[in-house]
Amino acid sequence: MTAPRRDSDLVRPYVVTGGRAHARIPFDLVSLVVAAGDTPPRGMDPGTGPEKRRLMALCRGGALSVAEIAAHLALPVGVTKVLLSDLTDSGHIITRSPAPPTDRPDIQLLQEVLDGLRALV
Amino acid sequence: MGSAPWSDGRRDAVYLGDAVERAVKILIVGHFAVGKTTLVGALSEIPPLRTEEIMTQAGAAVDDLAGVGGKDTTTVAMDFGRLTLNPRLVLYMFGAPGQRRFQRLWRDMAYGALGALVLADPRRLDASFSVMDMVEEHGLPYAVAVNRFDGTPAFDTDALRTALDLLAETPLVVCDARDRASAGAALITLVQYLLTRAAKEHP
Repeated sequence: MTAPRRDSDLVRPYVVTGGRAHARIPFDLVSLVVAAGDTPPRGMDPGTGPEKRRLMALCRGGALSVAEIAAHLALPVGVTKVLLSDLTDSGHIITRSPAPPTDRPDIQLLQEVLDGLRALV
Repeated sequence: MGSAPWSDGRRDAVYLGDAVERAVKILIVGHFAVGKTTLVGALSEIPPLRTEEIMTQAGAAVDDLAGVGGKDTTTVAMDFGRLTLNPRLVLYMFGAPGQRRFQRLWRDMAYGALGALVLADPRRLDASFSVMDMVEEHGLPYAVAVNRFDGTPAFDTDALRTALDLLAETPLVVCDARDRASAGAALITLVQYLLTRAAKEHP
């Protein structure tokens, strides 16, 4: 049995990521990710850590941004990105929307944002 | 007010709609206790969420986890919310701390952001200068929203513009960060400005 632990414990992140500090895939805070459709709940390597299992359990429910995943799992964003990168490599996670482009400005996109806001608020 | 028709009225639904394929972000920035989280909460379709990032005290290497656990690290929190704008597009609003030492966090938040809404307190305008400097340093276009706190005496927006040393083109609006319509109007002012600016640069 494992004792309950505090999610915000700062000693753990380095351990959670297996000692890695950087994600191979450049996730943005608003990159949208979702569990790969054909991932059975138990289709993970037996050695998979509890954080990755929690992450997969969350992502099976639907699409979320990287920031939301970090918040729901109470993990630092940097750690979340490393885990997502690993799970992408292993085929468990799919990125639905990549990091936003930097070539601002996009008139059509801004118009869409404006129309959306006007309709909602 | 009210829920988007495609969200089935589930304002507190955790997950994005199935058709959402693109996300954009806008930063809500300002000094401590100016009302950033309040404004995000007024507009968000989900209860505002909080993420923490680990940083060195100097703010130098946010995502370098190698030194985590040492005395020289600290965490910085970002509060954020979400608004599904149409079945395909979602907006995230990030409340960003104004402190200069959070440079790395700022780079992450500002990357690809459409722009920033600078929230200012009319009683503490001087505290907004460093925030506006940060926004400008990261190349983000911005509008200023003066948060109307209870008990604040009426003020002259022209005088505020002068006090904040704003460019003639920079929009300034007065808002109540607690009120969804008012907070939304401030955000709409920002996006209108972004659109005008974009149209000028790429006619």
